[in-house]
Amino acid sequence: MKPPPFDYVAAATLDEVLEALADTSLEARPLAGGQSLVPMLNFRLAAPERLVDLNGIDELSRIEETEDGGLLLGAMTRHSALECDPRIARRAPLLAEAAPFIAHPQIRSRGTVGGSVAHADPAAELPAVLLTLGARVRIARRSRNGESGSRVERTLDLGDFFLGPFFSALEPDELLTAIDVPPSAPGEGTAFDEVARRRGDYALAGVAARVRLDSRGVCDGAAISLVNGGSTPCLMKEAAQTLVGEKPTPEAIEAAAAACAETSEPAADMHASEAYRRHLIRVLTARVVSHAADRART
Amino acid sequence: MSRAGGTWVGARVPRNEDARLLTGRAQFVEDVEPPGALHVAFVRSDLPVGRLRGLDVESARAHPGVHAVFTADDLGPLLRPGAVLVPPPPLDGLVFHARTALPLVRDRIRHQGEALAMIVAESRYVAEDAAQLVEADIAPLDPVVDLGRALDDDAPRIHDDLPSNLAAHVRQTKGNYAAARARADLVLERRLSYDRGIGGAIENRAVVAEWDARADRLEVWDTTQAPIPVRNVVAAALGLSESQVRFIAPFVGGGFGPKIMFYAEEILVPWASIQLGRPVKWVEDRYENFFATTQERGQLHEAEIAVTREGRILGVRDIFIHDSGAYDPYGLTIPINTQCTLLGPYRVPNYESEFRVAFTNKPIVTPVRGAGRQHGVFIMERLLDLAARGLGLDPVEIRRRNVIGSDEFPYNHEIMYQDFAPLRYDSGSYEATLEEAVRLVAHETFPRERERTQADGRAVGVGVVNYVEGTGIGPYEGARITVEPGGTVRLATGVGTQGQGHFTSFAQIVADAIGVKPSDVRVVTGDTSDFHWGTGTFASRGAVVAGNAIHAAALSVREKILKQAAEALEVDPDDLELAEGTARVRGAPDLSVDLGALAVNANPLRGAVEPGTEPGLEATSYFGPPYGTTANGTHALVVAVDPETAMVEILRYIVVHDCGTVINPTIVEGQIHGGVAAGIGNAFYEELVFDEFGGTSNASFMDYLLPTSTDVPPIETAHLETPSTLNPLGTKGVGEGGAIPVAAAFAQAVEDALADIAPGLEVLDIPCSPGRLFELLRKLREASTQAGETA
Repeated sequence: MKPPPFDYVAAATLDEVLEALADTSLEARPLAGGQSLVPMLNFRLAAPERLVDLNGIDELSRIEETEDGGLLLGAMTRHSALECDPRIARRAPLLAEAAPFIAHPQIRSRGTVGGSVAHADPAAELPAVLLTLGARVRIARRSRNGESGSRVERTLDLGDFFLGPFFSALEPDELLTAIDVPPSAPGEGTAFDEVARRRGDYALAGVAARVRLDSRGVCDGAAISLVNGGSTPCLMKEAAQTLVGEKPTPEAIEAAAAACAETSEPAADMHASEAYRRHLIRVLTARVVSHAADRART
Repeated sequence: MSRAGGTWVGARVPRNEDARLLTGRAQFVEDVEPPGALHVAFVRSDLPVGRLRGLDVESARAHPGVHAVFTADDLGPLLRPGAVLVPPPPLDGLVFHARTALPLVRDRIRHQGEALAMIVAESRYVAEDAAQLVEADIAPLDPVVDLGRALDDDAPRIHDDLPSNLAAHVRQTKGNYAAARARADLVLERRLSYDRGIGGAIENRAVVAEWDARADRLEVWDTTQAPIPVRNVVAAALGLSESQVRFIAPFVGGGFGPKIMFYAEEILVPWASIQLGRPVKWVEDRYENFFATTQERGQLHEAEIAVTREGRILGVRDIFIHDSGAYDPYGLTIPINTQCTLLGPYRVPNYESEFRVAFTNKPIVTPVRGAGRQHGVFIMERLLDLAARGLGLDPVEIRRRNVIGSDEFPYNHEIMYQDFAPLRYDSGSYEATLEEAVRLVAHETFPRERERTQADGRAVGVGVVNYVEGTGIGPYEGARITVEPGGTVRLATGVGTQGQGHFTSFAQIVADAIGVKPSDVRVVTGDTSDFHWGTGTFASRGAVVAGNAIHAAALSVREKILKQAAEALEVDPDDLELAEGTARVRGAPDLSVDLGALAVNANPLRGAVEPGTEPGLEATSYFGPPYGTTANGTHALVVAVDPETAMVEILRYIVVHDCGTVINPTIVEGQIHGGVAAGIGNAFYEELVFDEFGGTSNASFMDYLLPTSTDVPPIETAHLETPSTLNPLGTKGVGEGGAIPVAAAFAQAVEDALADIAPGLEVLDIPCSPGRLFELLRKLREASTQAGETA
C-alpha cells in the first residue's frame, strides 16, 4: 500500500497549476484534499506521473457571499468550512446540513468541495446537493497553441458536468477553480438525509431536495437529487416535476417519492441490492421532500 | 475457596502501561528500525485458485534498490508444509486430514493472497514497485467457494491427494436424542448460518529480524501472541538452538486470535536476514491482512430442539459444516468449541452433534475472539427463542426453566472439550446473571413499552440471552519474580501482551502477595530472553494460567522475604507482615526492613552461605489447570428498528457476567467493551464478501465495516464473582465473553421489536445486515400478501 513513484509540483499560483497541467505528455493530476486520490495511489489504482498540489494557493479557498445573494466557493473550500462557516449556513443551509454526512471530521478537514465535484463520484454527497441548488462550476486552463491570452476560462452548469461514474467534462489540462451557488428564492425550503451503514460511510442512498411554495402553499418549483441513485450524480427532474402545481400533501409527496424510486437507476453492490436501494430512495425522498416543504412553509 | 483478596486484587488500579501507550512511547514492532534494515514486500496471488506454471522475477531482481527476490525454488529445506499447531483431541471415530501451506507457493494456489515471491529492497516503496514487475503465469482452476457445496461429490478437489474436501468429521453424543425427540411435545428444526469475519486488530502483523553473525544469534521482533512456541518453531526450521534465537513480542496492537497462529513470514524474514546479512523488516499492510492473516469461521447448521410443553429441553441435535479455508493448521479447536459451547448454561440431557470440516478456496480459518463459541450460543439461543414462541412462553421464562442451578456444580456435560478433557463446569451463577440482567433491562415492564412505537417511527425491542465461556485452558504458564536491590519487583512471564492490561493486573497479584504497590512491579512479557517456558496468550487464559503461576511465584518470594527478614530482625516469621515495600513486625512497624535491603542481603558478594541456598529474593513457578474453567453471563440489549429502512440502532447494552475473581474491574470492563464491539460487528456490520472465484471483494476498511465508536453504545456492566474451584486465585477468563452472545441477543431483540409489524420474522443468519433484514421483511410481506390472496 505504497504509491508508485510520481513527480510532485507544489504550485504557488493558479498559473503554475495550469502550466503544470498544460503539459499533457505527462499524466498529471491536481492534488486537492487527497481524500480519494491518495488512497487510490496507495492501492495503485491510479498511477499519475505528476501530482500538482493545490494546497498552497489561497485564491482557491475563498468563500464569498455574492451580490446576487448567492455564494462563490473556491475549489479548495474544505468540507469542514461548509459545516462551520456562518456564510454557508446563511446562504446555502442545505450545504451546511449535508456536510456532516460527509465521512468523518478528519476527512472533512482535508477534503475539498472542488475535489469532490471533480471526482464525480455518484456516491458522494456534494454533487447531489450542489445539483439540487442549481450550482455552476468555473473551469480554467492555460491557453493552447493559437489561443489568445494566457488563460482560458469557462463555466458549466453542474448538470452538464457529470458525464459518467468518476467521469466529468474536465479536460486533462483543465482545473475546476470554483463553484457558484445561486441565491435561494423566497418561499424555498431544502433538506438532506441519507442512510449509511455507519456514521460517515458512503450512503446506501441519500436524497437532497429543494421545494419552493407560493403564497397559497402550492409548489412552484422543486429539485431532487440522489446520492447513489445512478451511475452519475443526477437531478430527478420528472419526479420533482410531479410536485409542481400541487400542494405538498402526503399523497403528492408519496407520488413524487415513488416516481423518484422508479426513475432512479441504483446499482447493486455488496452493501445493498438494487431493490433495497430503490426502496430507500422512496423512503428517503418522502421524508426529505416533506421536510423541505415544512421548511418552505415557515 | 481461597481467594487472593487483598488490597490490590479487585481494585480499580489505573493501568501501569497507559502512560507509555497514551504518550506514544510504547514500543511496537513497527517502531523497530535497525540501522541498515531492508524491507520486504510479498508478491501475493490475486487469483484464489490456480496452478503456478511460471514465475518471472528477473525484472524485479534487476530493479534498482532490490537486494533479493526469493521464490519457492530458493528456499531449499525450508520448502516444507507448516506445522499443525493444535492436534485434534482423541475422539472416537475422529477423521482429521491435516493440510498446511508451503511458505511460498511452489505449484498450487489455494486461496487469494498466498505468497508467490518475497522481495527484499531498500524500502517498502521500492519493494512494492518491484513486486509489480513479477510476472506469474497461473492456470486458473475451478474454485470451491460455497461452503454448502464444498463437500459435494462433484466439487473440485482442493488437495489432490484427498478423496474429497473433507478435512475432518466429528460426532459426539450424549444420551439418546432420537428417543427424547419421540416423546417431545414440540420439535423445531431450522437451518442457521454464521458467516466469516476478520480479527481486525489495529496493528497488522509485523516481523523484524536481525542476524548477528558475530554473536551467532538471531533476534526477532514479532507481533505474535505466542512468542515462545514461535521461537521454538523458527529455531528448529533454521537449524539453530532455541537459546540462539530471541523472540520479542513487545506491545502488540491487538491480537484477537489470528496472532496466535504460526505464519510463514515468521520464518522467511529471519531466514532472509541470515541470507543477506542485514536486518530485514516486514510490516503487513491492511490489504494483505485480509488474505495473509487468518480469519473467523463460517458455519452452516441444521439444528433441532425437542422440548416439553412446559419448555424443558429434552434434547438438541445439531449437524453443521465448518469452513476451514484452504488449510487447517489449527486443528479442530473452533468446531469443537461450537459443539461444546452450544450446550451453554442449560441442562440438555440428550445431545447429538456432528460436524464436518470442509476445505474451501478461502483464506485460512483459525480462532478469532470467541473461536466458534458464538456459533454454538447462537444456535442454542435461537432454538430456545423459537421454542418459546412456539409454546407461547416468554423468552426469559424458557431460559429460567432450563439453566443449571447453582447447586449442580461441578456439572458434567459428558462430551469432550477442546482441551482434551471432558466438558465440565467447575462453578457458575447462571440463574443469578439472568435475573440481574432481566432486572437491569426492566424486562418485566418491557412489552408495554414496545407497544408504544417511538415518536420517530422506530420500533423498540429487547433481547436477553445467556452464554458460557470455556476459558483458562492448559497446558501451563510460568512466571519468575525477583525483588531487585532497589526495592522494585521484576515479574517476567512468557505470555505476550496485546492490550489486555497485563502490566497492571499481573502487578496487582504480586503487590498483594509481597506488600508493594502495583506501580513498583515491573512486568516483562513476551521476551524469550527473560522467560522461555510457556505457550501464549489465547483462549482467555492469561489471568487464569499465567495469573496463577504469578500468584504461586509471588507466594514463594513472600516466603523467602519472610525468612530473610526474620533473620535480619531476629523475630519469628509469623510475627511479620509485608507492607509498603517493607517487612515489619506486626504492631511495631518501626521494626522493619526494606525489601531492597533484603534483596542485597540475599545476594552476598563474599563470605559463605548455607549449602543449598538459592541467591536472591527470586522464585519461578508454573501453573497448569486440570481442565478449563467456565465463565458465564447474560447479555441484554434494547434496539430501535426503523421498519422502513431496516436500520437498527442499539439503544442499551447490558452485560451481567461472572469471571470468578475480578482482579481489576476496569480492565475486565475494557475486555467486555471490546468484546461486545466485536460481537456487534459480527451481528450487524462485518461481512467478508467473496466473489465466485473466492476473491475478497471488500478487502479494505472502507467496505469491510468494523463498528466504530459511533456504532457501539455505552455498555452497562455488572460483575458477579463465583470463584473458580480450579485455581487458587479463583479467576476465570473474560477475553471472549463480551463477543460470544451478541448476535443471539441482537437477533432476539430485532424480532421482538418487529413482533407486531412483522410477526413470524426469524433472524437465522448472521450477519444480519440491514440489506438482509430488508429481504427478510420483504419476503414476509410477500408471503402474507399471497396468504391473503389465497384466503
